[in-house]
Amino acid sequence: MSQTAHTAHHPRWYRTRVSTYWWSRKWAYFLFIVRELTSLAVAYFVVFTLMQIHALRQGAEVYAEFQEWLRRPLLISLNAISLFFVLYHAITWFNLAPRAISARFRGKRIPDLLITASNYGAWLVVSLGLVWLLSGG
Amino acid sequence: MTKRSNEPFLWFLFSAGGVVAAFLMPVLLFLNGLAFPLGWLTPFGYEKTLDLVKHPITRLLLFVMCSLPLFHWAHRFRFTLYDGLQIKHLNEVISFLSYGGAIVGTALAGYLLWNIP
Amino acid sequence: MAETITLEVARYRPEQEMEPTFQQFEVPFRKDWVVLDALNYIKDKLDTSLSYRWSCRMGVCGSCGMMVNDEPKLTCATFLSDYMPGPVRVEPLRNFPVVRDLVIAMTDFMVKLQRVKPWLIREQEKPLSDGEYLQTPEQLDDYKQFSMCINCLICYAACPVYGLDPHFLGPAAIALAQRYNRDSRDEGSQERLDILSQHDGIWGCTFVGECTKVCPKHVDPAGAIQQYKLEATKEWFKSFLLPWGAK
Repeated sequence: MSQTAHTAHHPRWYRTRVSTYWWSRKWAYFLFIVRELTSLAVAYFVVFTLMQIHALRQGAEVYAEFQEWLRRPLLISLNAISLFFVLYHAITWFNLAPRAISARFRGKRIPDLLITASNYGAWLVVSLGLVWLLSGG
Repeated sequence: MTKRSNEPFLWFLFSAGGVVAAFLMPVLLFLNGLAFPLGWLTPFGYEKTLDLVKHPITRLLLFVMCSLPLFHWAHRFRFTLYDGLQIKHLNEVISFLSYGGAIVGTALAGYLLWNIP
Repeated sequence: MAETITLEVARYRPEQEMEPTFQQFEVPFRKDWVVLDALNYIKDKLDTSLSYRWSCRMGVCGSCGMMVNDEPKLTCATFLSDYMPGPVRVEPLRNFPVVRDLVIAMTDFMVKLQRVKPWLIREQEKPLSDGEYLQTPEQLDDYKQFSMCINCLICYAACPVYGLDPHFLGPAAIALAQRYNRDSRDEGSQERLDILSQHDGIWGCTFVGECTKVCPKHVDPAGAIQQYKLEATKEWFKSFLLPWGAK
């Protein structure tokens, strides 16, 4: 960047160093970090699913043991917390996705709300569909 | 002419993973992690579950669901470490561990889903 | 009826101190006064040594951006009445080096702005005899929002990524690049792509979204950046899958 010439009062620009806790100074920054950390819950669910598939492949007994293990309070709590973060991911994702789509291309004819609503609608269909498909015994 | 970055491809994986995770994970985590273990809903028995998972479409869906979201995590977590902990100078290590982890996970998913006895 | 409000103003005089300090001023409270009025009162009546930038006092020049109670604002558009009973903390714009008192060095932004080539790039200029470039209202609408930027740097003050990595191009520069990319008269998209699609270009942005929230002219730089990420990705796939057709 530019070189400043020396004068009688030597000019020194003051630079503040960004604190390690910058994300705790503003509510908006904090929520942003929470949103980013949801990726950990997403990764966790992949691991969970792989464990489930692994148990399934090993036969009915091992699978039953896995199901039992899932009933432990620790696992239930872990999954409940993860569900919160995974939901937070989904909601923030659907709310932000329309901003990336150049639906404004044709003179803003497609409002953000329509894209968000379609996303939530599709999500509802998929979710309810899966519940109907996978439960009932 | 400066070389164009390959970040677009990584961002594409991140986005695809984000979409898959947003659509599928809430309900599946709810069912498999809470509703079934707590008895709110009844799951399929072992045989029926096995049959369902063996189906090629299910296996493909599960593979996609276990692969793309890992790349979503890798990309997002990498930037969270840069900005949150200010360790951007370790970017080579971070990239190796995060995308590397995603590749390992993908390979594992592929192995588990390729052949179900 | 002599209501007053306290302003805590950051002072930094490099010839006499190593670090910024705060100075308190009692300023008359008027319902229609903005923070800039208070600063002008201080300079006129209380301490002529106070240094700060301002110009149009009506929100179009972008000179008077400062931190007011830790939020980046145009001081000409920030009413004292919103902060009663006070005190009101006024500091220089965050994420920029402080030259003196409330004045920051904006050289970094000027360099970055130039880098994105914020002008119409054409292979061949139309001769004057051919008349003007015509543009429909829809074509104008495509880029109009991004053209409203007044270069006030408030978005840079709000952006945590810029604060953490000064190499980051930043919201306004990218939004202004988009203003030209989207202009139907412009033919410079490919040129700008090489500059923007870099790690310290658009790919440093993690869509925090604060820039859009604080922008006094509703430019929505965050939206501009995310849209451009999508376009840059499409271009990447095009050049990857159809290298012979890359133009």
